[in-house]
Amino acid sequence: MTYELVPLAVLLPFIGFLINGLLGRLIKREAVIGAIGSAAVGIGFLIGLNVLFSMLAADPEHRTHVVELFPWISAGGLQTSIAYQIDPLSVVMLLIVTGVGFLIHVYAIGYMHGDPGFWRFFTYLNLFIFAMLNLILADNFLLMFLGWEGVGLCSYLLIGFWYDRNFEKGTTGDAAKKAFIVNRIGDFGFLIGMFLIFTTFGTLRFAPVFAQAEAFPVGAPIMLAITLALFVGATGKSAQIPLFVWLPDAMAGPTPVSALIHAATMVTAGVYMVARCSLLYALAPATMTVVAVIGASTALFAATIGLVQNDIKKVLAYSTVSQLGYMFLAMGVGAFTAGIFHVMTHAFFKALLFLGAGSVIHAMHEEQDIQKMGGLKSHVPITYRTFLLASLAIAGIFPFSGFFSKDEILWKAFAGGHIVLWAMGLFGAILTAFYMFRLVSLTFDGEPRWAHGKHPHEAPATMTVPLMVLAFLSVFGGVLGIPAALGGGNAIEQWLEPVFRPALDKLPHEGHASHVLEYTLMIVSVGVALGGILVARRWYRSTTGVPEGIAARFPVIHRVLVNKYFVDEAYDAVVVNPIQKGSERILWKGIDVGVIDWLVNASARFVAYLSRTVRVVQTGVAQGYALAFVLGVVAILGWLLVH
Amino acid sequence: MNLPITWNDVLALGPIAVVFGGTLLLVVLESIVRKASPLMFWVTVGVLAVAAGCALATIGVAGTAFGGTVLTGGYASYFALVFSAGALLVTLLSPAYLLKRATAFTEYYILLLAAVTGMMVMAASNDLVVFFLGLETMSVAFYVLAGFTRQSVTSNESAMKYFLLGAFATGFLLYGMALVYGTLGSTSIAMLRSSAAAHAGEPLFLVGLGLLLVGFVFKVAAVPFHMWVPDVYEGAPTMVSGLMSTGGKSAAFAAFLLVFGADVLQSAAPIREVMAVLAALSMIVGNILAISQTSVKRMLAYSSVAHAGYILTGVIAANADGANGVMFYLLAYTLMNVGAFGVLSILETASVENVRIDDLAGLSRTRPWLAGLMALFMFSLTGIPPFAGFFGKYYVFTGAIGAGYTWLAIVGVIMSVVSAYYYLRLVVVMYFQEGSPDQVGTATGIGLASLVLPAIALLALGLLPSTIVNLTMQCF
Repeated sequence: MTYELVPLAVLLPFIGFLINGLLGRLIKREAVIGAIGSAAVGIGFLIGLNVLFSMLAADPEHRTHVVELFPWISAGGLQTSIAYQIDPLSVVMLLIVTGVGFLIHVYAIGYMHGDPGFWRFFTYLNLFIFAMLNLILADNFLLMFLGWEGVGLCSYLLIGFWYDRNFEKGTTGDAAKKAFIVNRIGDFGFLIGMFLIFTTFGTLRFAPVFAQAEAFPVGAPIMLAITLALFVGATGKSAQIPLFVWLPDAMAGPTPVSALIHAATMVTAGVYMVARCSLLYALAPATMTVVAVIGASTALFAATIGLVQNDIKKVLAYSTVSQLGYMFLAMGVGAFTAGIFHVMTHAFFKALLFLGAGSVIHAMHEEQDIQKMGGLKSHVPITYRTFLLASLAIAGIFPFSGFFSKDEILWKAFAGGHIVLWAMGLFGAILTAFYMFRLVSLTFDGEPRWAHGKHPHEAPATMTVPLMVLAFLSVFGGVLGIPAALGGGNAIEQWLEPVFRPALDKLPHEGHASHVLEYTLMIVSVGVALGGILVARRWYRSTTGVPEGIAARFPVIHRVLVNKYFVDEAYDAVVVNPIQKGSERILWKGIDVGVIDWLVNASARFVAYLSRTVRVVQTGVAQGYALAFVLGVVAILGWLLVH
Repeated sequence: MNLPITWNDVLALGPIAVVFGGTLLLVVLESIVRKASPLMFWVTVGVLAVAAGCALATIGVAGTAFGGTVLTGGYASYFALVFSAGALLVTLLSPAYLLKRATAFTEYYILLLAAVTGMMVMAASNDLVVFFLGLETMSVAFYVLAGFTRQSVTSNESAMKYFLLGAFATGFLLYGMALVYGTLGSTSIAMLRSSAAAHAGEPLFLVGLGLLLVGFVFKVAAVPFHMWVPDVYEGAPTMVSGLMSTGGKSAAFAAFLLVFGADVLQSAAPIREVMAVLAALSMIVGNILAISQTSVKRMLAYSSVAHAGYILTGVIAANADGANGVMFYLLAYTLMNVGAFGVLSILETASVENVRIDDLAGLSRTRPWLAGLMALFMFSLTGIPPFAGFFGKYYVFTGAIGAGYTWLAIVGVIMSVVSAYYYLRLVVVMYFQEGSPDQVGTATGIGLASLVLPAIALLALGLLPSTIVNLTMQCF
């Protein structure tokens, strides 16, 4: 019975979406709308907990269940059902999405207070949760794709939520379109991957696909094609090189959206998808290398951009891109559990960072430039303390949650012999610690740099309570993954082991590395992170002039970083403008207007002429009709007798 | 032939017994209750609802009754469901319409139930004689219903033309039956199908089948026996046209599919060729003539000819996909066409009997709900997903391709594109043209509800077509 309740967890946000969407305008009371939206997600979390406990009681080999609701599409050889697969992996995701999602819904009640689109906001948010749950619980690629597209749609709607506001050089609508179009490119890869899977295996359901994949040899070309195509989808959804450009712009949306969709849940969909298909990836070692390299490069690349950004949400956005890079690094080196573990801890601390940033923005009356903040420590004490804890977690300081997940990834990379990737990750970790504490110092420490008229104040309880809950999780979430070297049982690794067993069996086994080496690496990574923190605090707590001095010494590097390596400009020059110009001149004015429209109009005029001409036969005289009738009978009988 | 008829036979009839019993009950009630009493209306609604429930309950158990002359359950029940659903919607929309036309006579409901009885008998017939019985029961009721607004000249004209040409067609049909009986020595439809291969070479048999075909093609309103359609649909009371174009067509197709089953079509190749030509002609002529219409009803009448062509494609396929497609299509078509006629019946007023397309300009602003529903029905009629109309076409065309009639499917798809022109023009006129259609009528609560229901059903069927296909697949 426990498992049969899972579809309800999916359905409730949809019901919330319908209620708020159809009646929200009439309900008007923010408390009611917010309560409906939050409850729809919160109940899902309780259902998830219930499933977790009954799974814990079950034998590890018997924790996978498929709940089939009804057949969805049957066309030719394609049989697809609306069916949900509940196993240790999807339960972890279910708890993250509904748990963090619930907290952010509650937070949004306070954050969106007074917004004329309050009901619309909760409508979209619930639709997002519905789509996300379909993505992570689907038992087949098609339903997963439905969720995948659904979250993309919600992301679009929410980035452009304040459609009447300006954002950077354009409007929020431009940012929304950018996100949508870049994601479409990735989705195309996902589609190709799905088609290849269908032609190879004749089904889209996970269980039979993976069962048949077992028979393929490691390195089979078709596996390479499938996994690469799927990975293109993942780079779009999870903002990796080369498709990461949309995520920083996605910050045009309201901050709870940034926290929920563009940090904690949706952007991890690509990581989840790779983890779900871990067996296919294990069969394509070349793709694994690509994933690892892209992941490590993105981790480092985005971190360098984060060093010089001045918009509080932009820093966090690049930080998210960077952390997603770590997750893909984990996937690429075969550390699937470590990757999912990082998805979880990242959901805690990054959601907290964004919500904290939202609280700061709220207090500063929509100011987002950290150069115009400073000294907020005493004005927003709860926000400050929780933000600090989250920063320590993301910097990877022992014993905060981020330490365990990030260190596990780096350790697995090192132990697998990927020394270069490990070094890139380690360097990225230094940068992470640095830019996070640059952010903390500029925002909360030092002298106020804001106008005297402002009176920053702490947010209401609906906003601070979620902050505190997330802070608790950011601090203690690591206990689920304490490695054996530190005397822990690495509970999450054992929990997910049955899901990744088939993939791990295909991967080459590394030799047993010594605990001494592991301790050394831990000390190194915590040490460099501390170093990054100390330098940042030294430089930015008060006006020292050191950063400006460095920027002046290396003007080219500084300009490149501030302008985000000119990636947007390069894409505009190479891809966007040629397509726009080409479609305007050749496709639109040449082919569409000149050829197609002409043909269409000509054929339409011909048909209309025909219609007017033939119409004359219809005289309205019954005798005439009878005559036509007889002629028809004669023609038919004649045909029959001749043949 | 001396068959013992038992109570079991009557019970097995299920929905037919319910509707026929309801007809008799109404005849008695009619002479007791006051003329203005809404009782007749509500009894009709109740009878049709019970019949629909009964059809749904018996759909899983297929069999025969009355010595194998009547089909029960399964196929018959599926169509009984289609007819009761369509007739129920028509009934719900009728009182307001009849009031407007000053013909709120309660005989209407008796005739309506009689017509539905006839349809159900046609879909349940396993014998040509039974089929003929159903056909005439339905047709006679329709002849009267077409002229029901007897003050109106066009209504009288409609009834007269329908009767004359209908009687004419019946003659050919009967003659065909006689010839088939002459070669086979039996009127059993099951026997006709099973022994078609043995007699396929006999000219008499072929001519018999050809004449039967003429009768069927007339009743489904396909080319070249379609000329009555626009005049009759235009003149008849709007909701009667709604029922004739959906229930009447569905019933004819239900029997069509029974008589011209896979065995018959595969052994009598010339018949199949003729049908393919007629299907293509129907799609072409219906769609092209619909383009130049100015009256919405005439436009729908020609489009109904085109739809007969699409559905005929599924019959010609003579395979499971085609047959499922025909059954699915007829359900979808019933819902969307009753909906479209329903919107018209609401828009018509005592002065505006015949809504022209231009009358709808600006409707989206004055009657947003009606315009929205009409747009939905038009999208579904065009065959745009996610509405059920799309899957209807998808299944019949898939069937045709599977049977090697790819060219027919291509004609169908091209003609669907042509149909988009006149269906979507209605949407364009309603939403993008300025106008002040204040002289059109407004919907009552019941009227709006009975339009929203088919709209929801069309969307649901379009999203989950497998629910119905799983039903229709059991019927073979």
